[in-house]
Amino acid sequence: MSHLGGALAAEPFIRWDWVRDHTDDIRSNFWEHVQLTVLAVGIGFVIALAMALVAVRWRALYGPLAAFCAALYSVPSVALFALLLPFVGLGTQNALIALVTYTLLILLRNIVAGLDGVPPEVREAADGMGYERWRRVVRVDLPLATPAIVAGLRIATVTTIGLVTVTALVGEGGFGRFINEGLSRQFPTEIVLGSVLSVALAIACDVLFVLAERLLVPWARATVPMEVGRPGRMTFGRWSRRGSTVNA
Amino acid sequence: MTGAATTADPSAEDVAIRLDHLTKTYPGASRPAVDGLDLTIPRGELVALVGPSGCGKTTTLKMINRLIEPTGGTVWVGGVDIRTQPTHELRRGIGYVIQQAGLFPHRTVGDNIATVPKLLGWDRGRTKARVEELADLLRLDRGLLGRYPAALSGGQQQRVGVARALAADPPVLLMDEPYSAVDPIVRSQLQEELLTLQREVHKTIVFVTHDIDEAIKLANRIAILNVGGILEQVDSPAEMLRAPRNDFVADFLGDDRGIKRLSLMTVGDASLSKGPVVDESASADDARATMAELGYDWVAVCDGADRLRGWVGAAELDGTASIGELTPKPFLSVVTADTTLKAALDGIVTSRTRVAMAVDDDGRYLGMLTVDDLAEGVTA
Amino acid sequence: MPEILRQLWDYLSSDAAWSGNRGLPALTWAHVKLSVLAVMVAAAIAIPPAVLLGHIRRGGLLAVSVVNIGRAIPTFAIIALLLPFSIRYGFGLGFWPTLVALVLLAIPPIFTNTYTGIRDTPPDALEAARGMGMRAGELMRKVEVPVAWPLIITGLRVSAVQVVATATLGALVGYRNLGTPIITGFAQSSQRGPLLAAAIAVILLALLTDAAFAWAERRLAPWRRPAGRRADVAVTAPEAAAAVT
Repeated sequence: MSHLGGALAAEPFIRWDWVRDHTDDIRSNFWEHVQLTVLAVGIGFVIALAMALVAVRWRALYGPLAAFCAALYSVPSVALFALLLPFVGLGTQNALIALVTYTLLILLRNIVAGLDGVPPEVREAADGMGYERWRRVVRVDLPLATPAIVAGLRIATVTTIGLVTVTALVGEGGFGRFINEGLSRQFPTEIVLGSVLSVALAIACDVLFVLAERLLVPWARATVPMEVGRPGRMTFGRWSRRGSTVNA
Repeated sequence: MTGAATTADPSAEDVAIRLDHLTKTYPGASRPAVDGLDLTIPRGELVALVGPSGCGKTTTLKMINRLIEPTGGTVWVGGVDIRTQPTHELRRGIGYVIQQAGLFPHRTVGDNIATVPKLLGWDRGRTKARVEELADLLRLDRGLLGRYPAALSGGQQQRVGVARALAADPPVLLMDEPYSAVDPIVRSQLQEELLTLQREVHKTIVFVTHDIDEAIKLANRIAILNVGGILEQVDSPAEMLRAPRNDFVADFLGDDRGIKRLSLMTVGDASLSKGPVVDESASADDARATMAELGYDWVAVCDGADRLRGWVGAAELDGTASIGELTPKPFLSVVTADTTLKAALDGIVTSRTRVAMAVDDDGRYLGMLTVDDLAEGVTA
Repeated sequence: MPEILRQLWDYLSSDAAWSGNRGLPALTWAHVKLSVLAVMVAAAIAIPPAVLLGHIRRGGLLAVSVVNIGRAIPTFAIIALLLPFSIRYGFGLGFWPTLVALVLLAIPPIFTNTYTGIRDTPPDALEAARGMGMRAGELMRKVEVPVAWPLIITGLRVSAVQVVATATLGALVGYRNLGTPIITGFAQSSQRGPLLAAAIAVILLALLTDAAFAWAERRLAPWRRPAGRRADVAVTAPEAAAAVT
């Protein structure tokens, strides 16, 4: 790596002709990036949902589960890839396992926070009317937990998009491939391309989730549950500007 | 009542709910929250469970729909031991209204009301018709059915809560301090509406409240519980006010028991006195004679059709020959047969004449109500 | 798998692992040096404006956006992007691009947590202080900052763990640290021994950093924090720790 200096100093930052020539690569890397993200968040969500339902039913388990996810979370991604090497080698499995691991903490915390945020009188009314426990969880608790869950998915997705770039080190990468190749080939254009594209993808997804949050909660006024990991102020500000059809 | 597979209680004819030595002891507690309570709730009646905090009234209520599991005793609903039924089935047959309404924020008002019918599998048409019927019954504008609960006022939310509880037409309704969280004006309205509703639908209602006045106003029967679920007395409000069984009940009813009883009786229940009344065509001398005979310093004036026009004082008669020349002052306190004696008392106490004049629906004079008449009515 | 463990064992029992400027101690030291510097610089940049904005209670939107954007930008991309610029403008490889990237990474949690901590000072405490005649400067120094201190420490903690984790990527642009053996090991299957050793070292370092700050948090906040605050805090401990690494 110590020979990086010379060639990089001479290159322009971005060569558009190269970009135009490699639109196929852009497209395939885009799909790889999206696929990895969707798979990781999807699998992570299923696992986290299962853990959350367990944690809400048997309270004592929440602490250990959360601590376990937190411990996994603080392992630096590069190191996690390295640790997985002996077991799954390089490649998609390695990347996916690591990516899924990093979504667990935020999803678990947000799903549990959402479920906890269901007002107790709503639960009591549902029970009193004859909802079996499982039906109440599916038809009342989870829908009301949606804002928190979507917020968690949003954070998890954006974080994963960033992490996917690093999976280039183990042979995957999506847009990270451009970055990685650009570094080893001393070619700024690729570095710039890969970086800009992954940032753009992350921001686009963030915006999409913001829209999704609004669409999925038509009943909201000021009763949005706290979202773990996001400053509460912003959320309330947005909601209270909408429909203040207050008490008649 | 299916009879065959469930344990049936033979004396279930006109008893909707029977609590049989019902007990609840929480783990680790030194005394039971509810200790061996025996209580029957007749069909079609509103029975109020009242008592100080810690008396177990809410616990008892929740044991009827098994939100709280009894540790001893039996609950019979509709002649069936509630333990022989799956819990969710039991609850779908009992309406449940709570203090904060507990409406589902993520469903429209209409969908909220339709909850139990949908759980029972009613088809869409039937459900829709029922929801609209209930909206009318509970005086909710049909336009509200498509809104979300957050857009409704507290009073409207409570009405939706009641509508929701009635949706599947359950024979029994459990209400846990439903009006405690709304302001007094709304509370009064909702209470009136419940009375009207009950006259129409005749549900069996178990109503928990800490407000004795609310119980007196609404209940056919009041059950006063002491701490530990000890039943002190079960009686109609009038009976209980007339004859509290012990000091605890008397204290709980308050030191204005007599006046509370007055709120349960109407002018029609009392006997009226003869009052100093003259026709407007009478002479001043006739008027003075009437005043002297009955011992008043004023006379009431009626027109030719016996309608009450007002009163004139003795002093005004000086210098006049006939009543017709004077303009009678209107009575401040005029009551009809439906007026409660309490309202009549209020009128009597605040009027110049210290009496209330009773008239019929056309304004024709019926008689006069004095404080003595009221006292007689109460002590009878 | 046993093959790799053997490589690990061989490596750890060799001299190369423990001496010279490619040995674990040297790599660790380089790693720690850079991380500490990055956090200190980030703190110097982020804390003063955050305190000011929190004091006047403006700029909440900024605090939120900073975190959101910080989360969306992969650090890998930043480090890689900075390289050509760094070279073009004479800052060379390795140290500078990595430092700048790490500082940028470290700023959002510190900024947002400091801002939130200052902004959420209990109003009665502020009123009492003003009533005693304190002016803005004193208020900040004697009331707001001390009260916000635990939250600030949390922000520093999150940043530090994140920085320690991400510093490994510095190896890609020429800064020799614990990331170097890992990156090399991915490419060369004969170098899996050093890879595992360095990976374990980084994990231990990250956990140690987290624990050290947690201890500091506990020392500095013996009183309980209000329950509701926890959920409102911008960035809680491990949450952003691996926001890219």
